[in-house]
Amino acid sequence: MTTDVLLPAEGTVPGAAVAVPVPATPRERLARLGRFLRGRPGLVVSIVFVALVLVAAFVPSVLAPGDPTLGVPADKLQAPGLGHVLGTDYLGRDVYTRVVHGASLSLQATVIAVAVALVVGGLIGLLAGFVGRWVDETLMRFVDVLLAIPAILLSLALITALGFGTVKVAIAVGIASVANFARVMRAETLRVRRSTYVEAARSVGTRWYVTLRRHVLPNAAGPVLVLAVLEFGLAILAVSSLSFLGYGAPPPAPEWGSLVAEGRNYLATAWWLCAMPGFAIAATVLSVNRISRALDGEWARFS
Amino acid sequence: MAVYLLRRVALAVGVLWAAYTVSFVVLYLLPGDPVATMAAGGSDGEPVSPAQLDALRARYGLDQPLITQYGTKLWAALHGDFGTSFATGRDVRGAIGDALPPTLQIALSGLLVAIVFGSAVALVATYTRVRWLRQVLMGLPSLAVSLPVFWVGLMLVQLFSFRLGLLPSVGARGPEALVLPAITLGLPTGALIAQVLAKSMSQVLDEPYVTTARAKGVGEAGVHLRHALGNAVIPALTVLGYVVGNLLAGSVVVETVFTRPGLGRLTVSSVGVQDIPVVQGIVVFAALVFVLVNLVVDLVYPVLDPRITTGAAV
Repeated sequence: MTTDVLLPAEGTVPGAAVAVPVPATPRERLARLGRFLRGRPGLVVSIVFVALVLVAAFVPSVLAPGDPTLGVPADKLQAPGLGHVLGTDYLGRDVYTRVVHGASLSLQATVIAVAVALVVGGLIGLLAGFVGRWVDETLMRFVDVLLAIPAILLSLALITALGFGTVKVAIAVGIASVANFARVMRAETLRVRRSTYVEAARSVGTRWYVTLRRHVLPNAAGPVLVLAVLEFGLAILAVSSLSFLGYGAPPPAPEWGSLVAEGRNYLATAWWLCAMPGFAIAATVLSVNRISRALDGEWARFS
Repeated sequence: MAVYLLRRVALAVGVLWAAYTVSFVVLYLLPGDPVATMAAGGSDGEPVSPAQLDALRARYGLDQPLITQYGTKLWAALHGDFGTSFATGRDVRGAIGDALPPTLQIALSGLLVAIVFGSAVALVATYTRVRWLRQVLMGLPSLAVSLPVFWVGLMLVQLFSFRLGLLPSVGARGPEALVLPAITLGLPTGALIAQVLAKSMSQVLDEPYVTTARAKGVGEAGVHLRHALGNAVIPALTVLGYVVGNLLAGSVVVETVFTRPGLGRLTVSSVGVQDIPVVQGIVVFAALVFVLVNLVVDLVYPVLDPRITTGAAV
């Protein structure tokens, strides 16, 4: 393998990039993206939906100008219809407005959770893969232990210690999903560490932390980021489960999980209170999972 | 064989010890004052004097240095004593023991649903020649794991209890009350089983002995059920630990949705009042179950699949 890089392969003229794919112009890449998306309507729907959820999270008033906490008692418990697309709740609050505004807290928690898992898990994996020996052994045994405890129980233990609230729930979910990131990051680091350019960097006397930052981290990050998209879906589910159990934001604030929990008491008479926020969660998770599948190899294999 | 067995058992004990330590670090080292919470909850808002707090701390050994606490608690845990609940003053082991039977009921029936649903989906998906049916079936598992469990439970209640009036919505009385919780719990677990089994089925169907069987004139159904399934199940067994862990974890949500007593409810109520010993007991118990299931799988594996040797290579 090492000679391949240093010497030109047989039958090629130095300078002519035969083996290397020609870098596509922006226009060609756009055309490829167009062809990719045309054959995948489900993916297009997913991307549009996730974009809408992001808009809802950052500027909810664009999609739902009303006040999510303002109720009109005269309009309470109305079924979905023309006036209120997704109906109203027991205080006459518009369910659609509350679901749209709920995206903010739910996504905020999810982003924090994935970020915590990515940073902590990534660091563990990077350290284990790069240092090796007993450090690797110790860290990976620790990761095995995290895998032995079901994620929701680990999250609940953390919540017991940290207390309630959206951010605390997010941190708890993040810590509980550290293990997967650590494993993938370690595998990638091990792969990159053995590559020729790392060897070359070391042989010209690059300091280890420079090698780590400039060569190992950027080249190992790809699969970890794809995993982050996949974990995003799982984190939405975990965060909303914990919020459903009542550990998230206190009542008046809308949050997808707690919206479902609120609707629970009216299940027999007003099904839409539970159903609609649940649809929002399910649709978001499905869309995110579809996108992560597209990123995970489907795009690379497409020609 | 003896060496293999010993190594597996030692590994299991190690994981268990580490799980205990991790839960101890999480619960006792992180900020938060359980004694203050306990006192505030117990006396209905009356101010509690610092002396009373200190007395409470002394009673639960919380005034000792952490390393001493860790040592004494671990030693007690080794003898099966996980302390007493802050909230109810009950023995933790007794509390978990009492909560276990109803959870076992839904976990086992959930497992049944998961196995039936999972293997049916996997078998039909690999068997059928109808392209759209195969695609729908292969898509089912990823759909099932994308739905929030609590929401699926509530929607089932809405449909079968309130709309159709077929099954009870809450409670734990009678076998009918078990149906909806079992389905809710079994669906995501079944999806996991379906994914693993379908993958291993399609691998096994490429094996030479399947071709041989086909060449000898065995029908498709015979190939699937008699020749392929048995061998496809073996790799799927490795996820059994996760399956059982999933069921235990799922009970937290499912028991809340259906207002059933059990381990999940005990967890939720203990987290609510910062009942550290009970939460720790449940976490260690879950790890114990996971470790035991994996140990049994490891031990049964070489018996089921003679190709696996238990010598030095393992």
